[in-house]
Amino acid sequence: MSDNSVTEIFSHELPATQWDPAKKAIEEAKIQVAMIGFCGCWGCHLSFLDMDEAMLSLLDKVTITRSSFTDLKRIPHHCTIGFIEGGIANDENIEVLEHYRENCDILISVGACAVWGGVPAMRNVVPLEECFREAYIDSPTAVPGAKKTIPYHEDIPKITTKVMPCHEVVKMDYFIPGCPPDGEAIFKVLDDLVNGREVDLPSDINRYD
Amino acid sequence: MTVKITIDGQSINAQAGDAIVDVAAENGVYIPTLCYVKGKPCLGTCRTCSVKVNGRVMSACTIPVTEGMEIDVNGAEITDMRKALVELLFAEGNHNCPSCEKSGRCELQATGYEVDMMVSRFPYRFTPRVVDHASATVWLERDRCIFCQRCVEFIRDKETNQKIFSIKGRGTHARIEINPTLANKMSAEQVREASDLCPVGCIIDKTQGFNDPIGKRKFEIKSIRARVLDTAAKNMTANQANSLNREHP
Repeated sequence: MSDNSVTEIFSHELPATQWDPAKKAIEEAKIQVAMIGFCGCWGCHLSFLDMDEAMLSLLDKVTITRSSFTDLKRIPHHCTIGFIEGGIANDENIEVLEHYRENCDILISVGACAVWGGVPAMRNVVPLEECFREAYIDSPTAVPGAKKTIPYHEDIPKITTKVMPCHEVVKMDYFIPGCPPDGEAIFKVLDDLVNGREVDLPSDINRYD
Repeated sequence: MTVKITIDGQSINAQAGDAIVDVAAENGVYIPTLCYVKGKPCLGTCRTCSVKVNGRVMSACTIPVTEGMEIDVNGAEITDMRKALVELLFAEGNHNCPSCEKSGRCELQATGYEVDMMVSRFPYRFTPRVVDHASATVWLERDRCIFCQRCVEFIRDKETNQKIFSIKGRGTHARIEINPTLANKMSAEQVREASDLCPVGCIIDKTQGFNDPIGKRKFEIKSIRARVLDTAAKNMTANQANSLNREHP
């Protein structure tokens, strides 16, 4: 059911407060980082905040463009680093990840879901139809009396048959495992990249859980 | 009899007949292992300890040292081959560390850290596997089995010496099986022994779980590399003391 008569306005097209030109120039000279969460729990984003005061040393060199922290919904211009959380579970995820690949020099898979599918990938061993049936038809928490239906609309992203790791969709440059990775691990990788060192995540801070 | 070998170019005197993996550890060179249990017959199933001996790839747990062996442990090619073997295990089973009770004391996970695995280069397969909970005390989580066969060989019924665990089927159909009748005869200690012997979280003791908080789990307190090297160093000191005693009674 589509209603093409409605003019869609995206949030990034709405009028916004203008930046102070001097401040904007400083921010634009920094290394641009865009962040996104796909099929994950945003725990890796919270881990990003766990860098605590270590982040201060990065903020002189790095600025965050599109992310849930800044509430920007589009990548405003080409970025150096893309921070990707979550696995790929629907067609919208694929589209956005490809958009990130086109607009970022370096993409980093952060967390178990982005690296191999993680907790959402537990549905990979169950046929998709069975998943839908369990969630919408035979759901024990369904509203009594409500019509049981599997949601379908062109505006709702289509669920992929399996949850895929990001690197099975586009090329990913670096991986930070963990569920979530420690703030220390995220800092180590970002700090290496920002300072032009070869990225190295030592075994004592590498975690899969 | 003492033989002269070299490991990564370093000259070493070793006892003929000792396994390469032990000689290396005694000399401070860590070789990752998953199926090998020191003091038990070697299984040679996992190949994680692969090294190059005189240019040929061999498993370090099954090959005894002989005179003049040139062993390459940390060369770039063989290091990457070992890493690939560990990555294959992660791609083949469903190793969901965040939801696994064994996490933090899992030898596969600890070995993954040691070989610097961030992601598997092979596509993750997500093969459906059935969990077996027929035994009263053992939870068999087949998703995680790496077919090392430690449990098959070393966990046996105390009375009859029959195998409690076995592998049924071949190739991609292979799966670990448990004999519930014999398993239910296992003492609490033997169940604990079996679950500790399992290098992954496949054999889970139903009565235990999540005992150690994150940060205080086995391999977080001390890495698997440090554990292997420290144990070997202690054995070496003890052996030297013994041999001195023999020479000067």
